[in-house]
Amino acid sequence: MHLNASSEIPVEGVLPLTSLPDEHGHFGPYGGKFVAETLMAPLAELEAAYRECMADPEFIREFERDLAEFVGRPSPLYHAERWSRELGGAQIYLKREDLNHTGAHKINNTIGQALVARRMGKRRIIAETGAGQHGVATATIAARFGMSCRVYMGAHDIQRQSYNVFRMKLLGAEVMPVQSGSKTLKDALNEALRDWVSNVDDTFYIIGTVAGPHPYPAMVRDFQSVIGRETREQCLSKLGRLPDSVVACVGGGSNAMGIFYPFLADESVKLIGVEAGGDGVETGRHSAPLSAGVPGVLHGNRTYLMQDEDGQIIETHSISAGLDYPGVGPEHAWLKDTGRASYVAVTDDEALKGFHTLTRMEGIIPALETSHALAYVAKLAPTLPKDHIIVVNLSGRGDKDIPTVAAREGMTL
Amino acid sequence: MNNRIESRFAALASQGRSGLVTFITAGDPHPDATLAYMHALVRGGADVVELGVPFSDPMADGPIIQRASERALAGGMNLRKVLALVEAFRRTDQTTPVVLMGYLNPIERMGYEIFASAAAAAGADGVLTVDLPPEEAGPLHGAVRAAGMSQIFLLAPTSSAARVAAVREFANGFVYYVSVNGVTGEKSAEATAVLSRVSELKAATGLPVGVGFGVRTAAAAAAVALTSDAVIVGSALIEIIENANDVPAGASALEAFAHGLRLAMDDTRAAA
Repeated sequence: MHLNASSEIPVEGVLPLTSLPDEHGHFGPYGGKFVAETLMAPLAELEAAYRECMADPEFIREFERDLAEFVGRPSPLYHAERWSRELGGAQIYLKREDLNHTGAHKINNTIGQALVARRMGKRRIIAETGAGQHGVATATIAARFGMSCRVYMGAHDIQRQSYNVFRMKLLGAEVMPVQSGSKTLKDALNEALRDWVSNVDDTFYIIGTVAGPHPYPAMVRDFQSVIGRETREQCLSKLGRLPDSVVACVGGGSNAMGIFYPFLADESVKLIGVEAGGDGVETGRHSAPLSAGVPGVLHGNRTYLMQDEDGQIIETHSISAGLDYPGVGPEHAWLKDTGRASYVAVTDDEALKGFHTLTRMEGIIPALETSHALAYVAKLAPTLPKDHIIVVNLSGRGDKDIPTVAAREGMTL
Repeated sequence: MNNRIESRFAALASQGRSGLVTFITAGDPHPDATLAYMHALVRGGADVVELGVPFSDPMADGPIIQRASERALAGGMNLRKVLALVEAFRRTDQTTPVVLMGYLNPIERMGYEIFASAAAAAGADGVLTVDLPPEEAGPLHGAVRAAGMSQIFLLAPTSSAARVAAVREFANGFVYYVSVNGVTGEKSAEATAVLSRVSELKAATGLPVGVGFGVRTAAAAAAVALTSDAVIVGSALIEIIENANDVPAGASALEAFAHGLRLAMDDTRAAA
């Protein structure tokens, strides 16, 4: 495995994208470290520990062993033949992160960070979660390593993701409801940062997405990039060539960054991120900062944000708790500006349709987050020739969303 | 550059007194209350008025200041209106330094240059953005200095010598020492640990050092005043505002509380 493999090929004649961030954590004007002074020292300590880990073959071996034996990697690349035929255009392949232990890509990153935490001698883990997938993945690894674990979760999300809340509790984690602000993922992140600043000595904060202050966006991307490396190898060995398009949903953007990153230097591969359009981007009720936001500073980094004219963060809307976030990883902001990746949005209704389609067509129940990417593929594939290859990151399974979908369709379980 | 912050700290030093820096959130609990509260704090003995610019996501603040921000935002407060409050304050008080304290994004949205010249024109003397460490501060610093204001930075128990040096490069006016690892209004500072660190920071930065986070009572203020150049009080004032029945009651309670702090701080210095 080549976690640091940065083939420094200039993309779009701008910058060698794969060599970013720079030493201060910047992706062009985005990223950085915008935190209160108290956190600057622990962030520097984390960065040093992380670099040390990545340079240590024993750490890499441990990480790879866990990915293979605990997560069940490599995840398959599955040809969705029936769905492709039905759409009548491009061939659709699904990168099956839903088959990972705990049901989503989130576990890749939590294992990496928990291994770093263990090396640093930290015994207490905290995390934020939206849909609960990152919370479950964190609680899982904390249980396995015998670490104490507290997960911050918006009160609103606790309501709509009760299944994952119970899973976390079963695993021994303490789930702290967050009542401030919009009671969703952004508020959980605020609360986790407040916890960290108050307990810097013994606590490791496992951020679940490619956001937050440097080194988190780079570190989470590096741990998640196993998705893209496998996909690239699987395409080359099974199909004899690279895919034409790679599509992933984007909330904070960790599953997208994980699958995009190893393809950044492959200029022929189109990278498409799908944001949560909520009721429709034109209504203002959505979670699509790359499609309709403005750059600003939140949660330790500069990126595109959903904000009003006064610079206040505005409430986001999405059927999917995991995408209900007003920011996005800073590397996505840079990929958007450089044109290396493009970003689109699909609505709640379209995502729901994508959810049902994959379930019926392929016998795979996807997460509502992932369903956004599927909904876009359903529009894209028919416009493309039959030899065009689209890989979709099937980032998570939908078991956790069954109550939401049932309620939306007027059913009581 | 000699602004009101520097003159005030110079005057305090020559009198052998420690300064009282008071923080309230602009627009808490409603926009009409703030001006009265600022003047009340000055009457009670505040040397510097810190005016919080409310932000939707105050990551470094505990529940007390979070609630103040929520009330202020619900009442329609924004950065433009905060500057209007400063301007109104200056009509009757030309000497008390005013420091704007908050988070970067509202300033970034307004634009650094536009903000800095508007803030200076309104009569603000300093800017403290909690989530802007010196590593990222260059562009705002340029605008703030060009407008003749001071940029104030935080230092924390976790700050290394290298970080103190980085802050020194950009800091003016005074340095705000966060006495505990935590958010505002939660833990209380250990006086002895604070004192040795303060003298070290004074020597390293060459600037007056104010101590905040966890100073909630006259006794705590007096202990901190013994060796620091200023005592910074915030959450305790917000609680008074929260519990006040109306603005006149809130104003007199704030004045009385500030006066109590002031007396205790002066007594302890006189006795030393």
